[in-house]
Amino acid sequence: MHVAHLSLADFRSYARVEVPLDPGVTAFVGPNGQGKTNLVEAIGYLATLGSHRVASDAPLVRLGAERAVVRASVVGQGGRTTLVELEITPGKANRARLNRSDNVRPRDVLGVLRTVLFAPEDLTLVKGDPGERRRFLDELLTARAPRLAGVRSDYERVLKQRNALLKTAATARRHGGGKAADLATLEVWDGHLARTGAELTAFRIQLVAALQPLVAEAYRQLAPDAGETVLEYRHSFEGELPSSREQAEQQLLDALQAARPQEVARGLTLVGPHRDELLLRLGPLPAKGYASHGESWSYALALRLASYELLRSEGGEPVLILDDVFAELDARRRDRLAELVAGGEQVLVTAAVAEDVPKALTGARYAVSDGAVTRLTP
Amino acid sequence: MYEGVVQDLIDELGRLPGVGPKSAQRIAFHILQADPVDVRRLAFALQQVKEKVRFCSVCGNVAESEQCRVCLDPRRDLAVICVVEESKDVVAIERTREFRGRYHVLGGAISPIEGVGPDDLRIRELMTRLADGTVTELILATDPNLEGEATATYLARLCKPMGLKVTRLASGLPVGGDLEYADEVTLGRAFEGRRLLDV
Ligand SMILES: Nc1ncnc2c1ncn2[C@@H]1O[C@H](COP(=O)(O)OP(=O)(O)OP(=O)(O)O)[C@@H](O)[C@H]1O
Ligand SMILES: [Mg+2]
Ligand SMILES: [Zn+2]
Repeated sequence: MHVAHLSLADFRSYARVEVPLDPGVTAFVGPNGQGKTNLVEAIGYLATLGSHRVASDAPLVRLGAERAVVRASVVGQGGRTTLVELEITPGKANRARLNRSDNVRPRDVLGVLRTVLFAPEDLTLVKGDPGERRRFLDELLTARAPRLAGVRSDYERVLKQRNALLKTAATARRHGGGKAADLATLEVWDGHLARTGAELTAFRIQLVAALQPLVAEAYRQLAPDAGETVLEYRHSFEGELPSSREQAEQQLLDALQAARPQEVARGLTLVGPHRDELLLRLGPLPAKGYASHGESWSYALALRLASYELLRSEGGEPVLILDDVFAELDARRRDRLAELVAGGEQVLVTAAVAEDVPKALTGARYAVSDGAVTRLTP
Repeated sequence: MYEGVVQDLIDELGRLPGVGPKSAQRIAFHILQADPVDVRRLAFALQQVKEKVRFCSVCGNVAESEQCRVCLDPRRDLAVICVVEESKDVVAIERTREFRGRYHVLGGAISPIEGVGPDDLRIRELMTRLADGTVTELILATDPNLEGEATATYLARLCKPMGLKVTRLASGLPVGGDLEYADEVTLGRAFEGRRLLDV
């Protein structure tokens, strides 16, 4: 798929901008702070309903404006064009439109446009907290199968309810007494947590297995002389990884049972996929805390390239976005990356100087400067 | 801000569920311009509803006397109780004409986030109703969302030792929503296709 046209209104630094786009490679070039990342951030937002840079929506709306509008026409499989639009108002639910029809939930927009975005922030995939890697997995799950957004939000809701219950119970305990009935419902929440949690866990494990060879291959391509990458999904509790959803559910129920005293004491759910970890290893060592800056960078990039390959192999080729990537790479890795992505249906690249964009990536060039996006070539 | 009484009205209306400040203002000005007879009728209806309407001593449904219309109806099957969250769900189910038993209105669903536990719902009253063995089937028609499911599971477990037939409405209801939003046909089908709840 590819984006044929992008319109922004009051998004980030842009009051209004219209950007017609072609398939193939497009590079946005311009000095720092001119709005290159803002453009690709908007495209990423349409695909994931979130920004890769900020957790809240407020910074996305242009200073002084009330709401931002991001609109794109997306050419999908078979050449069908879909017009997708999101209106972003901080503190409120987004409003979505598909082909000018109002009657859609934002969640329905997921899947219309699929992107894989790599940006400098992705270094946290390797160096950051486990939560970053869980989010990476979950976002990729949703890109693969939009209905899993529902599984995720169900799990989060159960978790919130269960934590609220544990917290009340813990507080009541500390003050002596507490209602017995509070804990009588805990088993009910255990059941729901285990069911939705098992679904999420099983999908994640499956995803990690599918990613593993692709990440290894991408890393080999980027850094041929370095060690082998290994992805390992780790439970929040002792025990083997489940081979089925049923087994995952039983394991979770058992683990909840075992963790009950600590959970009640601390007022918090201590086991479940929200505490699982995706361990990234490089050779015998974990990448986090051991890998060099360059290695971490290549690892993060390999994770994104592997995601791209995975989605691509399953049909509906995503748009690949490389934000400020080439400046960080040495000449050899730069050329390798260019080779890897040159055949993509649509690749959007940002760079501060034109020389950072490898020669092999021929295609359209836009100058981004002072809120204007101007096409230079061809 | 408007003059005293107008602003008072806007403030009061704004406190109603689903009415934001803009709507409150619109309704207030509608009332200001409306026929005095219509407004008096509205005011009367508001007063009456608070004075006359009570909650049924048996099932918790809204009632105009000690018991609600369903509980007073001798033709209703005493052996079946349908458990719902709110009185408005009773209305929705009555519309389907599928159900001939009686109801039990819980007054909400279990939701720790909102501080609602089993003790805050009319569960003890339900247990009392089930104690004498007249009731043989319990239909759990709580909302098809997480809190509704959790409440249903909790009740099913609680009732299991009593040897009742405990059923749950068939799936097919819009998931995540309120029961009252389901149309009659869908809700009617969900009743027919209810399944035994295994806990
Ligand atoms: N909500 C907003 N309202 C107005 N301006 C904003 C808003 N958010 C960001 N900006 C401005 O946008 C600019 C950053 O744009 P962007 O991140 O796209 O830069 P860039 O071209 O990618 O730069 P670099 O090469 O440094 O990555 C900053 O000057 C910032 O002040
Ligand atoms: Mg940038
Ligand atoms: Zn009654």
